[in-house]
This record gives sequence, structure tokens and C-alpha cells, in this order.
Amino acid sequence: MISSGFFYLFALVTCLSGLMVISSRNPVHSVLFLILAFFNAAGLFILLNAEFLAMLLVVVYVGAVAVLFLFVVMMLDINFSELREGFQKYRPLGLVIGGILIAELIATFFEYSDMSTKLPAQQGVHNTRALGQVIYTDYIYLFQLAGLILLVAMVGAIALTLRRRSGVRRQVISEQNSRTRQETIRLAKVQSGKGAEETGQ
Amino acid sequence: MIGGITLAHYLTVAGILFVFGVFGIFINRKNVITILMSIELILLSVSINLVAFSAYSSDLTGQIFSLFILTVAAAEAAIGLAILVVYFRNRGSIAVEDINVMKG
Repeated sequence: MISSGFFYLFALVTCLSGLMVISSRNPVHSVLFLILAFFNAAGLFILLNAEFLAMLLVVVYVGAVAVLFLFVVMMLDINFSELREGFQKYRPLGLVIGGILIAELIATFFEYSDMSTKLPAQQGVHNTRALGQVIYTDYIYLFQLAGLILLVAMVGAIALTLRRRSGVRRQVISEQNSRTRQETIRLAKVQSGKGAEETGQ
Repeated sequence: MIGGITLAHYLTVAGILFVFGVFGIFINRKNVITILMSIELILLSVSINLVAFSAYSSDLTGQIFSLFILTVAAAEAAIGLAILVVYFRNRGSIAVEDINVMKG
């Protein structure tokens, strides 16, 4: 079965790159492994016949979020080695929490009786089309709300990071337009040998 | 067993990814950027769960909620990183221990 081979490949790479995200020494490598994890998760989505979400994952996460992370990591001039000082100290606590979580998940896995479910065959309509039909009929308000959340996030991010520097000369167009000839131009008769004297008005 | 991929396989992958995300929050207590990336891993695992359930039960609702999770995760990452940039500009460091001081 070629698709189960692909499943194991994608699942293995997703899990390994997830591990590398949290354990890598260099944050840039962490972001790159995050991108790898997203790509392989998109592969898993394709195996689940969710092509639209797979493409969305690649476009939104790899194209926007991961690049944003990469920008911030490279832009901030931080000594990351000193941020890793507590790495050894917190490892036992993290291992305990992670161990409890994975034990619970394994217990649930063995409790789960419906192991033999096969992936249902896709109906005649495309995934993207079916998703659009559902989202624009049943979930239209939630969809609009999602757009609103994105708008608020965009405005918030811009408002947070916009910086007004003092001492920068800017062009003020209304001020330029409201100038008149009388207050800008002064004609002076310069006599020879004397030069233009200061005639303050 | 190797032949068919069942729902439990996908749930296992999502579970492992979720545990990695939680583990990452605990071992990188000082690094906000890695904590944000761990949160992204957790949200990705939740997304995989929703899509797997929706595909195996032939119900598209799970995929739609996964879409909304993607939206909220993108907004959260943008706001979080903006706060991080502003904080770094003010303090010159992003150590988590300093962030609990809420003085203006």
C-alpha cells in the first residue's frame, strides 16, 4: 500500500521535526524545523482528502507565520545561549508532564475500540467546493468573525509596532497647500555695494 | 496492520505532536520565541485531530473548525510577535522572568 507508506513517512518526519523544534540550540533552526513539520502535516492532510486545508497550511503557515517567526528571530539581537540556561533544570519537570500526557494518550489509544475504520471514499464533489458550500451556508457568521479577528490582529500588530520618531521632517501637504504668495516671497531692492540687508518685518 | 491506516494512527501522530508542544513549553521556560513555536505545534496537532475525525466520519465540520483554528493561530502569532518586538525595543531582552513585571 503506497499511501500507508506515505503516511508513515509524513508522520515520522512530522514528529521528528516537532522534537527538533523544541530541542534545537539555534532558534533559526527551530523555525526551519517548524516549516518542515508544517509541510509534512500538509502531506498528512492530503492523505486525509483535505486538499484545501493542506494548501492553506502551506500558504498561511509556511508563507506567513513561519516567515514572521524567522524575521523576528533574525531581527532581535538576542544572546540565545543565555536563554537556554534553565534547559537542564526544567527538563525533569517537563519529562514528568510529558510522560503523564503520553501515558494518558496511550491509555486512550488502547481504550479506543473502533480501530478498523477505513477512510470513507470521497464523494463526487471536490474538497474545496464542498468546504465552500458548507462554510458559506451554515457557518457564514463564524466566517465573517474570522475575518474580523484577522482585521483586529492586523490593526493591533501595526499599532503596537508603529514608532513615531521625533526629529523626522515629514511632508505636510495641507500646510504646503495653504501657503500664500504674500507670506512666502519678499522682494527686496538690493543696492550695489551694500548687499541684501536684513529687513525683518 | 501495516496495510490500512486507521483513525487511531492519525490520533497517535497528533498526540505525539501535542506532547512535544507541551514538553517544549516546559523545557524552554526562558525563551518566548520557542514557547510561541511550541504553541504553534500544539495548535497543529489539534488541527490534525479535527481533520482526521472529519475525514473518517465524512463530516466537513471538523475541517471548517480547523480552518478557524488556523485563522486564530495566525492572528495569535502576529500579535505575540508584535508584543515581543515592542518588549525587546523597550527592555533589550526577552527573558520570561522579566515579563512578569507589569510596570509601564
